[in-house]
Amino acid sequence: MGAVVGTLTMQTKQRRPSRDKADDDLEMTMVCHRPEGLDQLEAQTNFSKRELQVLYRGFKNECPSGVVNEETFKQIYSQFFPHGDASTYAHYLFNAFDTGHSGSIKFEDFVTALSILLRGTVTEKLQWTFNLYDINRDGYINKEEMTDIVRAIYDMMGKYTYPVLKHDAPKQHVDAFFQKMDKNRDGVVTLDEFILSCQEDENIMRSLQLFENVI
Amino acid sequence: MAAGVATWLPFARAAAVGWLPLAKKTMPKPPVDNSSRSDEILYVNVSGVRFQTWKNTLDRYPDTLLGSSEKEFFYNEDTQEYFFDRDPEMFRHILNFYRTGKLHYPRHECIQAFDEELAFYGIVPEIIGDCCMEEYRDRKKENQERLAEDTEANEATDAPLPPHSTPRERLWRAFENPHTSTMALVFYYVTGFFIAVSVIANVVETVPCQPPKGGVKNLPCGEKYQLAFFCMDTACVLIFTFEYLMRLFAAPSRCKFMRSVMSVIDVVAIMPYYIGLVMPENEDVSGAFVTLRVFRVFRIFKFSRHSQGLRILGYTLKSCASELGFLLFSLTMAIIIFATVMFYAEKGTKGSTFTSIPASFWYTIVTMTTLGYGDMVPNTIAGKIFGSICSLSGVLVIALPVPVIVSNFSRIYHQNQRADKMRAQQKVRLARIRMAKKGTTNAFLQYKEDRDRDSDSTALCVKNRSAFEHQHHHLLHCLEKTTNHEFTDELTYSELCMTESVGFRTSRSTSLSSQQGAQNNSTGCCPRRARRRAAMRLANSTVSVSRGSVQELDTLHVKTTSIPPQTRSSLNAQAEDLKLNCGEQDFTAAIISIPTPPANTPDESLPPSPAPIPGILRNTRATTYTHDTFKISSL
Repeated sequence: MGAVVGTLTMQTKQRRPSRDKADDDLEMTMVCHRPEGLDQLEAQTNFSKRELQVLYRGFKNECPSGVVNEETFKQIYSQFFPHGDASTYAHYLFNAFDTGHSGSIKFEDFVTALSILLRGTVTEKLQWTFNLYDINRDGYINKEEMTDIVRAIYDMMGKYTYPVLKHDAPKQHVDAFFQKMDKNRDGVVTLDEFILSCQEDENIMRSLQLFENVI
Repeated sequence: MAAGVATWLPFARAAAVGWLPLAKKTMPKPPVDNSSRSDEILYVNVSGVRFQTWKNTLDRYPDTLLGSSEKEFFYNEDTQEYFFDRDPEMFRHILNFYRTGKLHYPRHECIQAFDEELAFYGIVPEIIGDCCMEEYRDRKKENQERLAEDTEANEATDAPLPPHSTPRERLWRAFENPHTSTMALVFYYVTGFFIAVSVIANVVETVPCQPPKGGVKNLPCGEKYQLAFFCMDTACVLIFTFEYLMRLFAAPSRCKFMRSVMSVIDVVAIMPYYIGLVMPENEDVSGAFVTLRVFRVFRIFKFSRHSQGLRILGYTLKSCASELGFLLFSLTMAIIIFATVMFYAEKGTKGSTFTSIPASFWYTIVTMTTLGYGDMVPNTIAGKIFGSICSLSGVLVIALPVPVIVSNFSRIYHQNQRADKMRAQQKVRLARIRMAKKGTTNAFLQYKEDRDRDSDSTALCVKNRSAFEHQHHHLLHCLEKTTNHEFTDELTYSELCMTESVGFRTSRSTSLSSQQGAQNNSTGCCPRRARRRAAMRLANSTVSVSRGSVQELDTLHVKTTSIPPQTRSSLNAQAEDLKLNCGEQDFTAAIISIPTPPANTPDESLPPSPAPIPGILRNTRATTYTHDTFKISSL
């Protein structure tokens, strides 16, 4: 009889540990972050108060806790590219946005990056792009980093493309890129080389003005 | 698209700056956005209840009524607000969906009313959040079942027979649903009657009747009227045998039928009679024969075909088997414990009925189930104490598991229902989500087609697309220009593969090696199709030249009709290049056997594979020949 009761209670005990873990996770996500004042942000970025308001409303609605972690970031970005796999490129983007390397993007990081990309000077934009390509942040872009980035971009295209994606398409792309950017042929591209080469290319200069009026 | 994607589009477009230094071609112009940039508050009047919300909130879901330009039809110029003549209570939930991204189902509302509101506002019910989804589904299912029952009751009499059914199918149907035809109904009642007759005969057989003249003791009626009972038994068994053979003949799957429970019961019910016929009238054997007659009582289980309740009971017991087993096990433990204790307690007394532990089992069972026959009674004080503990615990042990079994049964039953429901719904849900995803990709491809087809009449296309779609398509266009590749759909992609292989065949379709080379190439991009085509080609390769020219015509025909409009010019140019250049090619490695498909054949569904490029790599390292041809096609 006692054995009956004993076995029944043992079963319920086994089920509890998993529930505790879920509670812990829930607690961690309750941490909230509030951005600095509107005036401060207006001074730091190139956005007007109204634009910041619209941006924050959208941001807060998606992330009530005030921060975006990498998983959410990847999910959001992947929604725009249903054909292919945008998670690798989203990972690099996340690192570029997360200047403080805290593992999450706060509203200030978000708005600062947007301000550079949409309202910044040509040099600032190119600097940001260089930062994006320089995965290990050592000041140089080498072929491996560039190949990773280019492959991530090609992944976003997905499988069904015209013409059919060949295996060495990213590699060729990287070679062409280095041909253009690496002035002293030392195998790496520095920030100055990058900015100089981009400024020489009219196409790039023209297209940098494309996204001015996105917001 | 899913929640709040519209808010993140500006960020995704800004991030496109990262592609610019890599772009192989120039970026397309961004769409001109004439709509006012500033966010404004909209007023929505729903049957007198005024709601206010930001315009951006409603723009989050551009494929719904409130998010698209459809709401302009409801705009009231005089009051400067959008007026909807619908239920304001429901609208609250709809508006909350825009605000939070989650749709909740209010439990107090009628499911049909809710569905109608969702349909009006253009919201798919699949978006309902997980918190309310189960409730929604249950109510919907319940509602549908209720409606279905009503319609079924209305048309129960005239269920149409499928046309061109063989007599065998009709017979099976008559057996399964006796209500379909009068013959079946008659047969159903006749068998039911004979089952009852047989069971009653078995019972009455054993009742003692008046002894025949000159006899002393009472005889069971079976022996007095032996002939009559034998005739009745024979008639019943004949009917049952006939029925069983008919069912066996009509069953669509005989093996499955023979393994089913009902057929086993049928066999067990009629076997004793036949065995009795075969067996000789032997004294030694008749004991075993009498035992066999016990199996005749199984005929009563044949009633379960006639009774729905019996079937449900059987299913209940089957599904509760583990709980029942556990009850039995715990009872056994308790019996053993108490039997042992009682035996040792009563061991000393003279003339005790507790002769052994197995003998005490009987006492324990009788006491625990509170029967108390009184044939075995403890005499010692210790025995009486333990006996009382036994009877008290017996009440508990029997009473406790019964609610557990009942609730377990209820839980298991509903769990099974829910699991099946969820599995079915999951498939449907995933299919719908996949379709919606396909919708967005198709929208972009459609946009490209339209743009290529009538580049000067863009005004027409512009009207049908929202600002969000414009910007999203511009973003995808930028990606295309960066990589110098275009998006296509699966159909076009596979056609491209076929036409690439076709290009080689038209030039050298007669020689064996060319066909094998082409077959190598085609495995490069479409392994699955290549398998079939390779088999076809190898089969055809032994044929003469004249046949080969016919094949050429066939493939040419295929090439001209299957090319999609947007790529016609460029693809034709490519094919000609191929024709020109592969005349001089030296076919290197000639693999004789059909190449086995690679390990990871790319699946056809749209969700992307994580590494498309390595997959293609594995296919193209076959020969240098294929490498060269890809170089030709790269332009």
